Amino acid sequence: MSTVPSKLNEIVEEFIEVPEAERLELLLEFSRELPELPERLADHPELLEQVVECQSPLFLLVEVSTQAGNPVALFFSSPPEAPTTRGFASVLAAGLDGEDAATILAVPDDMPQQLGLTRALSPLRMRGMTAMLGRIKRQINEQLEQN
Amino acid sequence: MPLPVESNEKYAAYAHPERLVSTSWVAENLAAENLVVLESDEDILLYSTGHIPGAQKIDWHTELNDEVTRDYVDGEGFAKLLSSKGISRDTTVVIYGDKSNWWAAYALWVFTLFGHEDVRLMDGGRDKWIAEGRELTTDKPVVTPSDYPVVERQDEAIRAFLPEVLAHLGNPLIDVRSPEEYSGERTHMPAYPEEGALRGGHIPSAASVPWGKAAAEDGTFKSRSELEAIYLGEAGLKPGDDVVAYCRIGERSSHTWFVLKHLLGFETVRNYDGSWTEWGNAVGVPIVRGAEKGEVPAKKGVRA
Repeated sequence: MSTVPSKLNEIVEEFIEVPEAERLELLLEFSRELPELPERLADHPELLEQVVECQSPLFLLVEVSTQAGNPVALFFSSPPEAPTTRGFASVLAAGLDGEDAATILAVPDDMPQQLGLTRALSPLRMRGMTAMLGRIKRQINEQLEQN
Repeated sequence: MPLPVESNEKYAAYAHPERLVSTSWVAENLAAENLVVLESDEDILLYSTGHIPGAQKIDWHTELNDEVTRDYVDGEGFAKLLSSKGISRDTTVVIYGDKSNWWAAYALWVFTLFGHEDVRLMDGGRDKWIAEGRELTTDKPVVTPSDYPVVERQDEAIRAFLPEVLAHLGNPLIDVRSPEEYSGERTHMPAYPEEGALRGGHIPSAASVPWGKAAAEDGTFKSRSELEAIYLGEAGLKPGDDVVAYCRIGERSSHTWFVLKHLLGFETVRNYDGSWTEWGNAVGVPIVRGAEKGEVPAKKGVRA
């Protein structure tokens, strides 16, 4: 079953409700709100995985908790000169951080397409976004198997 | 009236010094009449994070491309676009951007398809402007729309299509992609996503000169003698050669096109914008795999 959890769904709706021209502005706002890495990770960049499909440097780390429901913590790192990449990471952080593993795994793979940005952004960019979600899911699956 | 050409020792050595201006020239001339500064970035959100005061954004993806056909806008589309940016036929246009002006050169090349006469690049681009601590603003520039004439696009001189590239085989070709894309090890750029080419490799006999070789550490173009060492020395081009440059979709090769045409003075240089996303998917065209240039096949492909 593919469903978008409510926090992420609200963000998707926020994007779709504004005129196409303003969606990039919204993505820019998100890029400014991408949370900084906590100190324990900021000092250890080697713990993060690079999303090589992105056109600008993006590193991410997924931590699946062993508590009931396996809530997931998401961490992203991307330089300020890569606002598009930061923006989408920030959408995922705001929409999925803290959700249960199963909830995130159920997010449709083409969720990035739902933001209404496919005309404004190049296909290459859109693929980078899809890859970001794909790698998050892969890391979750790997950690669930280990747990 | 076009603005005066910047004269300094570095630019004077280039074939067409009038195509480049420095960051300090831009800073000094920002208030000049008949100057429009455009920012053309690979990351299209960058402009909104702060830009040169008065500079307008030009979006390579949504503004210069035709939305339906894989092609650039036509004369009417271009006239509408430039009018909306307050550009007239005799306006001096200076373009700058991120990543060593890669997308800025692409925009400049498209302007050249329409024969806009005075279009220049800001050497070093956005990164150099910022590195020098120059002013950035998020203020939207106030633009008085102009009336840019409808000029038909002239592709022949600087743009090559697939059949022309087939016919060109045997003459110099420059492949500006990464070595991994050239060899066919991967059909997309390192750290970039798969671009959907069915075959990996390069056009037979093409010399590999990754586009970034033309840029110095600070994003400015290398000096004429350094560029000659790369293109005439290593790549083996000879003055007067008829050259075709290509990459993946024609953006990186616009940067090389600029170098060959305006800095080194090759008269006949064409950018093959179909590039690998066309050639690597086309039926029956010859391809070479591996690091060697390879030979031009006796039979020049099925369509020649």
